Formats: sequence, structure tokens, C-alpha cells
Amino acid sequence: MTTALVEAQGIVKRYGPTTALADGRLTVLPRESHALVGRNGAGKSTLVNILTGLQSPDEGTVRFDGEPAPALTDRDAWRRRVACVYQKPTVVPELTVAENLFINRQPLHRGFISWRRLRADAAELLDTWDVHVDPEARTSDLKVEDRQMVEIARALSFGARFIVLDEPTAQLDNREIERLFTRMRALQESGVTFLFISHHLQEVYEVCQTVTVLRDARWITTAPVADLPRAALVEAMAGETVAEQAVRGRDVDQKAPVLLDARGLTSDAYQDIDLTVRRGEVVGLAGISGSGKIELAESFTGLHTPTSGTAQLDGEQLPFGDVQASLKAGVGCVPRDRHGQGLVFGMSIGDNATMSVLDRLGRFGFVGSDRKRGFAAELIDRLDIHTEGPDQPVSDLSGGNAQKVVMARALASDPRLLVLINPTAGVDVKSKESLLAHVDSARDEGTAVLVVSDELDDLRRCDRVLVLFHGRVVAEHPAGWRDHELIASIEGVDHHG
Amino acid sequence: MADTKAPPVKQVRLPEAGAARAVLLRRARELALVPALLLLLVLGAVLNDSFFTEATLVSILASSAALAMVVLAESLVLITGKFDLSLESVVGIAPAVAALLVLPAAQAGWGTELPAAVALLAIPLVGAVIGAFNGILVVKVKLNAFIVTLAMLIILRGLLVGATKGKTLFGMPDSFFSLATTTFLRVPMSVWVAAVAFAIAGLVLKYHRIGRALYAIGGNLEAARAAGIRVDRVRLGVYVVAGVLASIGGLMYTGYVGAIGANQGQNMIFTVFAAAVIGGISLDGGRGTMFGALTGVLLLGVVKTMLTMAQVPSFWIDAIYGGIILLALMIARVTTGRAQD
Repeated sequence: MTTALVEAQGIVKRYGPTTALADGRLTVLPRESHALVGRNGAGKSTLVNILTGLQSPDEGTVRFDGEPAPALTDRDAWRRRVACVYQKPTVVPELTVAENLFINRQPLHRGFISWRRLRADAAELLDTWDVHVDPEARTSDLKVEDRQMVEIARALSFGARFIVLDEPTAQLDNREIERLFTRMRALQESGVTFLFISHHLQEVYEVCQTVTVLRDARWITTAPVADLPRAALVEAMAGETVAEQAVRGRDVDQKAPVLLDARGLTSDAYQDIDLTVRRGEVVGLAGISGSGKIELAESFTGLHTPTSGTAQLDGEQLPFGDVQASLKAGVGCVPRDRHGQGLVFGMSIGDNATMSVLDRLGRFGFVGSDRKRGFAAELIDRLDIHTEGPDQPVSDLSGGNAQKVVMARALASDPRLLVLINPTAGVDVKSKESLLAHVDSARDEGTAVLVVSDELDDLRRCDRVLVLFHGRVVAEHPAGWRDHELIASIEGVDHHG
Repeated sequence: MADTKAPPVKQVRLPEAGAARAVLLRRARELALVPALLLLLVLGAVLNDSFFTEATLVSILASSAALAMVVLAESLVLITGKFDLSLESVVGIAPAVAALLVLPAAQAGWGTELPAAVALLAIPLVGAVIGAFNGILVVKVKLNAFIVTLAMLIILRGLLVGATKGKTLFGMPDSFFSLATTTFLRVPMSVWVAAVAFAIAGLVLKYHRIGRALYAIGGNLEAARAAGIRVDRVRLGVYVVAGVLASIGGLMYTGYVGAIGANQGQNMIFTVFAAAVIGGISLDGGRGTMFGALTGVLLLGVVKTMLTMAQVPSFWIDAIYGGIILLALMIARVTTGRAQD
């Protein structure tokens, strides 16, 4: 029995009232590639932050090679044990590869940097690990795969032999992914251990020997990949739903007129998408991050511009890339991130809720403040927003109530097409119910609804769910799907068999 | 650790032709303004017989020395990704404080009548204190650099006007002007001092860890922090150094003009930014060289002298000067093929 290279036991991490990790466990043996999988919010990032010494756990222990983890402030000790290659680059783009490898520890000659030795050392380091990158290249000119290899080489040069790869394949194409895997295997031969995080389960089977599954902030299982068939893995990730909710037997009127009709939509995020939504139909879009689902939905609201293809709303051409025009055409939108795009936090609830309909509340750009207040009060009432009144700043509201304000604005213009992107993200259970109830009532009034979400509960109410994978629609599930079926197609298991 | 030993080292692979070309390309970008500068010199010589004479060339250098010091100071701050607008007021107030310390009360001084040598030492001290104050507000208190230094620009200007009651200070000891009046190889000392300052800054930026840390901080703050660079300390230090350099620039200015007006250095910061950006210093931080900044200064100095010699009516000179700054920026954008932000 070899000593585990990394052993984390009973890790608990709370952020205020939310528990990001309730029971994190991980045991990585030397020279293996170990996969860490779980759905969004399962606690993967928190566990990685704790393993790389960015945060300390509230409870539990981390041991490296049998020894307790160093103190959080001892960065050098952490760097000698573990390194993480994030999706976000941790290199200085304007400097050369060589300098980035030895940043702040450049070889000195009488107190001054010896560029000759720096270049030689860099060339040697890259050569040792068989990384074919020009040490003199500007780092910002590198391709993503090369940049990742440079970061891996830098980590190895500190002495770390345990490398965490956080979704390394997200920005790579298939051939680059293959090359990455080849290099990973070669490095593994030389004694490097990897913790591999990916949403693509087929990659786990391709490159890893062991897999650990997290779900709902808890450790679920650790098993050799060979002993864990895909169905079992998906089930471990999805969990048994306590009682798979019976979906209301509500048939979409198949004769209802098609309201949204998109043909051959293509952009850099997705290719050749056909999509129709009928009057009174709710269509869900699912997929892993980077699948193009958000961009596709944003195309109808003017936030993302397709390069080709057409979309018609109620028989009229829907203009692309122009939010104002989309709004006029009758598209209401809950954008993907209420902090970034949804709300102006310094402004009042009334101002936020009526922002997109001001032209209806007055003439020549002047807005009657009484009418605005009345309109806002009506919206607050309709959406059951808990507030002192329309003049309260949005920043006072809880996540759930703030999201209701965003929803209120989307509904304020009485849209014909409602586009909801992650409508219940970071929202408590009660607000969630009430937000989703509005989707139902909008549908009953004949609005076409497009829901993009990672939450199965949001998608359950849809009449059908389309699954995107690498920018293409790969599956369509009519209402009544089972969780593991949907997750399997979201994670790309069933269509890569 | 399971295995902390690297595998045996293989034969070192030396950089090949591709690397050499990349180096050449980067050098070329550094030298981007040199052809423009040479072109201007030729143009000046063609347009005016007395342009390409020693007297004119020396006067271009002498009139650029103070600007060069402030551009150097600003460039250092810009490379770390911050701003310092107040440097132009430092140019005024640092030598003015020294003058007020030596001048008798009858000549609008404070009447302390300190020896000139002590007063001159006060100049870099004033610069350092102002720089440290800016640095603490920006780096430690985390206020917006633009607004903090804009406020400091106004405050310091106001202090100078208040302390001198708006009058021009005359009659300081000769040592206040010696940077401009003494020459070495027929070139004023101020030019030599500026040249040495640029050379030292260039060397430190290229060959010292602290210099490289400036680029790392401006290029990717988080990466710099992760690499163990003490980001706050370096940024604070850069503000102090910039204050000192600008105060010395102020002394050169005083020597060049022969007196200290209450408006010494006023509106200089625009020219400073223009020279730095034309010279390839990025306002976003992390990019630019001292050589580039120097060529930016010289370019503007040559243009200004040419305009004066061409007897452009003084009412129009600013409009043309501004237009040329814009043009130079566009040329730099084309020749370097990079965004000049």
C-alpha cells in the first residue's frame, strides 16, 4: 500500500450561511490521473481552492504525502507540493515565455538578471518536460494549449509533482485535446500526478484511472474508472431524485402557431441551429458551460450576434445584435447574470423594473414620475416582491427578490417571446417557486418561453428540452424525462458511446 | 513528496531561427520612432538652414531635459498600471519650497534663509513626500489613482500660488540654476543628468528583478502576486521614485527659465502623457521601454523647435502641436502594428 500523495478528509467549508462543501474527501495516489467530477455547485472549485492552499477548510485535514498541509501563508511550501492550471491564465501576457517561467526568481549575475542564463534555463526546463514552445515568444501570442503547458512546466520547476487541471479542455478543440492527453500520459510516466476536472465524462474515461464524484457539496464515491460504467457514474453525479416529480399532463397545442422560427443560426459559439417555439410553449436549453446554450438564447435578445442564419418572430424578421430592436420586436429577457447585466444596483426598484419601458410612460423621453411609480407598484404587486416600495434601492434586496425585479422588467413590456437565462441562479427555494410560477402564467397567456438553465428544476417545467453540446443540438427530450437521461446527454455520454 | 527529483537533464535545446526573428521583431518595435525622428531631423534641416547646427540641437536637448525627467517618472507609474497626474504640480512646488526656504522675507521667502545646499536637498524630499502620500492613498487606501492625483494636482498648484501669493520667485542662489548653466562637452548638465537617469531606469527595468516586477504587476496583477512579488510595496515605491524624479525635473525647469513662476509646470502633464504614449508606454500598464519613452520626448522636442523656427504664429502653435501629437500616435499605431492604448 503506497502512501497517498494527497489525502483530504472530512473537509467542510462554509461561506456565510451557505455550505460550499459539507463532506469533501479526496485520496490521490502517486502517478495516477484522478478525475474530479460533479455538477455545477457540487463543490469542486471549493475543494480545489483548499487543495491548492488558497483557502483553509473550516473542518477536516489535508495531507500531502502523509505530512500535514503547510500554513496558508507559506506560499513557497504550497508551490513545492501542488499547482493548479486554471482556465484563466496566470501568466503575464506581455512578457516572454522564458521570463514567465522564472518570474521573480530570475537567475542573477552580480545582482542583475542574466538574460542568457534565463533563456538557457527556460529552454532546458521546457526541454526536460518536452514542451515545444519558443522560450522567446511573447506569452500572449501563445495558443491556449501551449500556455497551459508553460504553466504546467512552471509548476513542475517549483518541484510540484501534483498538478490540478481545472477544465483544461474547455477552450481546446478535439485535436488539441488529444495532444494534451498525450502529454499528460507522458508526464505521468515521468512521475507527475494529475487531478483532472472536466465536464466531459468521455474525457475522464480516456485519460484518468480513478474518479471521485461530488454531489451537493458531499463526497459520493471514489472508484477506478474501469469499475464504474458510464451509467453508474452519471447516476452518482445526478443522485436519485427523491420523487421524480410527475410532470403535469399538459399537452402543447400542436396546432398553436409557431412564434419563434430560427433557421441555420451560426456564430462562433454554435453552428447551424434550427429552433422553433410555439405560442404558449416553454422550451428549455441545456448543456455544459461552453456548449453555446447561453449565446444561442442571447442571440434572440440582441446580446450576441449570429454570423449567419435567420430568426422570425411571429412572421417578422428578428433583428440581430440590437437590444433595443429586439425589445421593440417583443422579446423580454432575464439576462444571464443579475449582477453584471440584470440590475443597476444603485438605482431604485422602480427605476430598475421600468428601465426598458420608459418610452411608454411619457412623451419625448420625459418620464412622468407618478406613472412610473404606479407602473412599478403594479409590477411589485404582481411578482410579489418583498419591499418597502418602488423607491427602495435594489441593493437592499435579497437574491430572490432582486431576481424578481429582473423578471418584472422582462415582463413589463408584455413580451411575445420571453428569454430566461439562469432565471433561478442563487435564489432561495420559495422565490424559485414563485419565479417559475410566472413562467407558467406567461405560457398560459400565450407567450413563447425559452429557458436556459443548469438547474433541473427549471427545465422540468419545459414542454421539451434541447441539449446543446459543442455548439450543436444533440438531443431533444420531451417533458417527462428522467434526471439521469438528461444529465447523460448534457455531459455528452450517450452520444459519444 | 512522492518524487521531487526532476528526471535527468537532457541536452539543452538552443533557441532557433524563429526565436532570433522574434527578438529582432521586438527590437524593431522598440525602435519604431527612430525613423520618424530621423525623418523629422532631415525635414528640419531641409526647411531651415540653421536647424542642423550645434546650437539648435543642444537647445532642443536643453529644453527637453525637464520634460524628459517627468516623462520618465510617469512612465514608471504607467508601467505598473497606475496614474500620477500630480507630477506637473510637483515640478512647480518642489523647487518653489526650496526657494522659499532660502529667500529672505523681503523677497517673498519664508525668511528661514537656509543654506542653498540644504534647500536643494529639500527638493527631492518634497517630491518623495508627495509621492508617498499619493502612493498611500492609491495603493493602501485603494482610492482611484486618477481622482487622487487630480486632486493632488489642484491642491499642490493651489498651495504654490498661495505660498507665493501668485508672484514669481527671483534671486535664488546660483546653485539653483547650475543644472542648466554649467555644461559638460558643451551640453548642459541637466541633459546629462536626464540621460543618466534614463540609462539607470532602463537598466533596472531590464536587468533587475524589481524592474521586471513593474512589468509583471502592470501586465497581470494576480500572476505577479502569485509569483511572490510584493505588489503594494513596489507600487508605493514607484510613486515615491516618480515624485523624486519629477522634483528634479522641476529644478531643471527652474534653471532653464531662470525663475520660479506660480504656474511652473502647469499643463505639462498632457505633454508628458503624449510623449509617453507616443513612445509606446501603455496606459493599461505592463508595456513600454525607457528607450521608447525617450524617443517620444525627443520627437516632441524636435517638433516644437521646428514649429518655432518655421515662425508659425504663436497663436496657432498649440493647435498644430496637438495635431502632430495625434498624427504621431497614428503613425506609431501603424508602424508597431499594436494598439497604442
